[in-house]
Amino acid sequence: MADINVKINGIPVTVPKGTTVLEAAHKAGIDIPTFCYMKEINEIGACRICMVEINEGRGFRLVASCVYPLAFEGTEILTNSPKVMDSRRKTLELILSTHEKKCLSCVRSGNCELQTLCNEMGIDHEEVYEGEKHVYEIDNSAVHMYRDNNKCILCRRCVAVCSKWQGVGVIGANERGFKTFIGSAFEMGLGETSCVSCGQCIAVCPVGALSEKDYTDTVFQAIADPTKHVIVQTAPAVRAALGEEFGYPIGTNVEGKMVAALRRLGFDDVFDTDWGADLTIMEEATEFIDRFKNGGKLPMMTSCSPGWVKYCEHYFPDLVDHLSSCKSPHQMLGAMAKTYYAEKIGKDPKDIIVVSVMPCTAKKFECQREDQNAAGVPDVDYVLTTRELARMIRRAGLKFTALPDEDFDNPLGISSGAGDIFGVTGGVMEAALRTAYCWLTGKDEVVEFKEIRGTDGIKRSEIDIDGTKIRVAVASGLKNAGELLTRVQNGEEKVDFIEIMACPGGCVNGGGQPQQPASVRNFEDLRVLRAKALYDEDAGKELRLSHMNPDIKKLYEEYLHTAGGHKSHKTLHTSYVKRSIN
Amino acid sequence: MATKTSVPFNGTAAQEAKLREIIKAHQDDPGALMPVLQQAQEVYGYLPIEVQKIISDEMNIPLEKIYGVVTFYAQFSLYPKGKYNISVCLGTACYVKGSGDIYDKLQEILGIGDGECTADGKFSLEACRCIGACGLAPVLTVNEDVYGRLTTDKVKEVLAKYE
Amino acid sequence: MKSLQEIQQICETMHPELELRHEGSTEAKSKYEKHVLICGGTGCTSSGSMEIVDTLNKELVARGLEEKIQVVKTGCFGLCALGPIMIVYPEGTFYSRIKAKNIPQIVQEHLIGGTPVKELLYDETVTDEGIKSLNETSFYKKQHRVALRNCGVINPEDINEYIARDGYKAIAKVLNEMTPEDVIQCILDSGLRGRGGGGFPTGRKWQLARTIVPDADQKYVCCNADEGDPGAFMDRSVLEGDPHVVLEAMTIAGYAIGATQGYIYVRAEYPIAVERLKIAIQQAREYGTLGKNIFGSEFSFDIDLRLGAGAFVCGEETALMTSIEGNRGEPRPRPPFPAEKGLYQKPTILNNVETYANVPQIILNGAEWFASMGTEKSKGTKVFALGGKIKNTGLVEVPMGTTLREVIEEIGGGIPNGKKFKAAQTGGPSGGCISAENYDVPIDYDNLIAIGSMMGSGGLIVMDEDNCMVDIAKFFLEFTVDESCGKCTPCRIGTKRMYEMLDKITKGQAELADLDKLEELCYYVKANSLCGLGQTAPNPVLSTLKNFRNEYEAHVLAKKCPAGVCKDLLQFTILPEKCVGCGLCAKNCPVHAISQGDYTAPGKKRAAFVIDASKCIKCGVCMSNCRPNAISRG
Repeated sequence: MADINVKINGIPVTVPKGTTVLEAAHKAGIDIPTFCYMKEINEIGACRICMVEINEGRGFRLVASCVYPLAFEGTEILTNSPKVMDSRRKTLELILSTHEKKCLSCVRSGNCELQTLCNEMGIDHEEVYEGEKHVYEIDNSAVHMYRDNNKCILCRRCVAVCSKWQGVGVIGANERGFKTFIGSAFEMGLGETSCVSCGQCIAVCPVGALSEKDYTDTVFQAIADPTKHVIVQTAPAVRAALGEEFGYPIGTNVEGKMVAALRRLGFDDVFDTDWGADLTIMEEATEFIDRFKNGGKLPMMTSCSPGWVKYCEHYFPDLVDHLSSCKSPHQMLGAMAKTYYAEKIGKDPKDIIVVSVMPCTAKKFECQREDQNAAGVPDVDYVLTTRELARMIRRAGLKFTALPDEDFDNPLGISSGAGDIFGVTGGVMEAALRTAYCWLTGKDEVVEFKEIRGTDGIKRSEIDIDGTKIRVAVASGLKNAGELLTRVQNGEEKVDFIEIMACPGGCVNGGGQPQQPASVRNFEDLRVLRAKALYDEDAGKELRLSHMNPDIKKLYEEYLHTAGGHKSHKTLHTSYVKRSIN
Repeated sequence: MATKTSVPFNGTAAQEAKLREIIKAHQDDPGALMPVLQQAQEVYGYLPIEVQKIISDEMNIPLEKIYGVVTFYAQFSLYPKGKYNISVCLGTACYVKGSGDIYDKLQEILGIGDGECTADGKFSLEACRCIGACGLAPVLTVNEDVYGRLTTDKVKEVLAKYE
Repeated sequence: MKSLQEIQQICETMHPELELRHEGSTEAKSKYEKHVLICGGTGCTSSGSMEIVDTLNKELVARGLEEKIQVVKTGCFGLCALGPIMIVYPEGTFYSRIKAKNIPQIVQEHLIGGTPVKELLYDETVTDEGIKSLNETSFYKKQHRVALRNCGVINPEDINEYIARDGYKAIAKVLNEMTPEDVIQCILDSGLRGRGGGGFPTGRKWQLARTIVPDADQKYVCCNADEGDPGAFMDRSVLEGDPHVVLEAMTIAGYAIGATQGYIYVRAEYPIAVERLKIAIQQAREYGTLGKNIFGSEFSFDIDLRLGAGAFVCGEETALMTSIEGNRGEPRPRPPFPAEKGLYQKPTILNNVETYANVPQIILNGAEWFASMGTEKSKGTKVFALGGKIKNTGLVEVPMGTTLREVIEEIGGGIPNGKKFKAAQTGGPSGGCISAENYDVPIDYDNLIAIGSMMGSGGLIVMDEDNCMVDIAKFFLEFTVDESCGKCTPCRIGTKRMYEMLDKITKGQAELADLDKLEELCYYVKANSLCGLGQTAPNPVLSTLKNFRNEYEAHVLAKKCPAGVCKDLLQFTILPEKCVGCGLCAKNCPVHAISQGDYTAPGKKRAAFVIDASKCIKCGVCMSNCRPNAISRG
């Protein structure tokens, strides 16, 4: 579209016609605060915090900058006039009149978008408008999270991601007017619904209304217990985002400092879930080749993402047989820690605690599933999100930026580049295909599969391995997954192998990752920036094939013997259930 | 947390068959949810979870979305109504002529509040907006019957007709 | 399916028949001697008009008169306060508030004997010079009926009667003689503005929808019949009395913008209107005035009904469309405007019932005819629903520019019980209260806005000295709070806080500074809300603050409610010099707040009773039971 010239606070800016005022202002270096706005999925103009003055030739008036398209040459915009400031302040004062205002005990204190803006706007009185305030019961019915509507500002970002990204839609606005609240049908607790535990709602919540169930205290206690051997492992995507909590630019890989921090927190072993990822590839590639060659259930679908697995059980129960029976990487590592490694160090599995640091809230659900206890005790005891780890580091007073870079412990700490990219959409598929390629051709060369990289919701490819054609599809974001599966179910699409990750862009954008405010989210693609950190790590490694991981080879020699063998099935594979939609 | 419906559901197979028929009749209509809910309420008298679940499953719409729609519109009810539903008009014309007092009087006599039903299931009470009988203000309706030019003294007479 | 010729034939045959209902018409030629029209609108139905229709029909059959006298169930005549209403043509005698038991007498004396039953006639029509007809009454005399021209004249359930009154002639003219651009030009030239609230030029809306998305594969014509303003019922009356006019106008609009599908979004609380619309759509499909290739042209158009479910906000155009799509009726930000992205993201126009009701007449009589009525910027007529403290509550249609005084005093018959006019509320919850000083301002869109109110859909509620303006503002705010959709912050929380402040004022708990705070919040909500509901919600407060500030100040400073409405500020006192000591007040007091005192006023036999203010709940029962009027309220 044609460019137009407008003036923002008197400064000329040229933008394509149709650009929103918010985007134009961003281009001019001005941040306009937003609460409800999320590009494409929540353009509802509801919170009114982004009001600016605009003059399109008929005098100045207030409009919502997030959804107001610039259409006329010479339009004048004021983003910080007294009228705008007054509007913004009153909106905040009104929101505060219904808000709980327990900042001191709020998990989001310090990175709450409401708190920050109140501070910026110089709000000096919290009770300008008194009046009726609802008192809501906190919903703690879900395994992975809380909803505290006493803090909710009704921006509806959680509602948008739940239905528009995830196609789940178990939360929404109920009632109307002043009584409006976000919840589930018939006031069901989230745990009673078909919520998949992905945690995307938490990741986008601007305030403390949504938060994961926090296990930091429990883990501190476990560490302090001299009778327990406490192992920690970290998922690939954690190192790509943890730095954001300590001021690093988005996409900085802080693996070395993270390991150092974990060691200083007092964990007995610091292992790498990437090692578990390599192990997963051994089992999953074996399973796929077996199904592909011997007429097993196809397409086979990956099972690393517990949000996706739960989604499949609720929404496509007829397809659970298509799921790979492999446990997810951190559960595999946990299983090996409590069997293979426990034997090695001569510990009773009951005395070993495995803590997984994950970019994910669904893992909190997963570790409590049945059939995830190779040693007769849960493979993984506690799952912490990236955010919880950051909290532990801060609570322990560790100066993260000043920490040295350190390496993971062995023997569950070495990993291939294939394991690293498990944290990105397409990564599991690429890792599996690299190994399958080697096994089918007999050549150990690294082949990259770039057509299944990137942030597209559904990616497809046909791989030709010495004449063997494998049709693969990769989806991230459960709405995309649902679309793909419906097509597969209706026979509109023929695929052999499907990778699905619940979160859009994969684990790097998981529901347990650091919360970035709207001012960042709306203008940066977190998925791309964080993914780059992992692809760079993979590219920089010598070891880029899972089956070439020496410690994995050793594991099979010493303990498991064959991939997909009897012992593997006992320890590394699991089963699924059919669930209903609520 | 408990679910909201506390009255036991007594839907019949015939009602369910009718509901499925209604949904089928609307299957190619993109905006079918509202008419389906309206007709479902005609069949059952209200929209409990059992009914909304059937609609959700058949129309492939998340239950929460349906619940969100149902709780948005005043006309949809999650609870059964009394045998005689009394609706007092609190529209402007009626209000300035004292319908608020009539409404208070009814609450007092029946011992129930807005949207509630007496324990014997006989009367339910609600306030409504203008029903367009402003010339008769203040007005109330008992099911289909309209009573106009009311005073608080006449309220008992009206109720007596349904004893 | 009927051809254009067949429709014309029906018109020619039926026209003289219908002319019998036109006093003094020379064209009248009916196979009946008399037509008896009985109002079947909501108002009269509520007061029992259907029973009268039944009784009359039985009586006529019993006396073998069914071939001589036609009974017609019509839509609303407008004078709802006098219902049930019955008109006998050709003379136009006007019976009001009749009961079924009066029927035999009317049949005997009037229909057979030829002498109207005077004591049952509307009193104003009985004069020394003889009996006046309906149209000579002060209520009807000053009216000019365009949108309501068929209401109370035809049987709304008979398409032939509509056709007899030039129905479907306009669409025939449009299809045969006019291009879509001609139609739009005609509506533009007429100066017709939206009758639903904002007063946006109708032709401009159509023009945008026709041109803004040139390659749209689908467009929609919607009719807003979700009349939600409490106290306004003109749209209902049109739908009940003349449903075909809406269908015809929407078809014309469809032709003009290039749409093939229409939706009427009508309140489910209007069962009679819904039923008549269903019948009308059915008949129109049978006659082929709706459906494929209307009158053999290339143009096809159909209409479906959608029922509202009790949400005032759905009167807002984007909310209405969101609702038709099957969602919570929450408004969407504009732009994009519906003309570009409306229903299902397709170009859509939305007009309200009264707007449409003008369209066929504009097409038939020409833009100039329409533009000759009204004021410079507000053309044509406007229907008002008169309500509140006024003698003739009901519907009136007057040319734009008529003054409030003419409407209230002359047509409305003034304020009953000798009370004084205090304010008129127009525009419902979006409008404001007009004070006596603007009694003579000509009513049109722009003048109303200038004096702090708005046209809205045309509710006109009259208030006298017994109405408290703070209480009225609170009443409207309570409505808005209830009906706010809850999407945007200013409306969801702001209106609630405004209501709470008003509540404080009516309870005597507010200070002077609170009035400024309230006013500031009003301006904020007005400027920042997402949709028209929130943007206009403060109007009832702002207009009363401006015009009746002294009344607010009385509540705040003196802690008094001058109109004696706000219960918390009332004090009931027994005047000893009037009290006869009968004790009826004490006997009836529900909280036993009254007892006999020690003081006996000179000339009284018994000691006066006194009210314990700390126990009194201000219910007023004592006052209504006191025979010597010894209790004062203030």
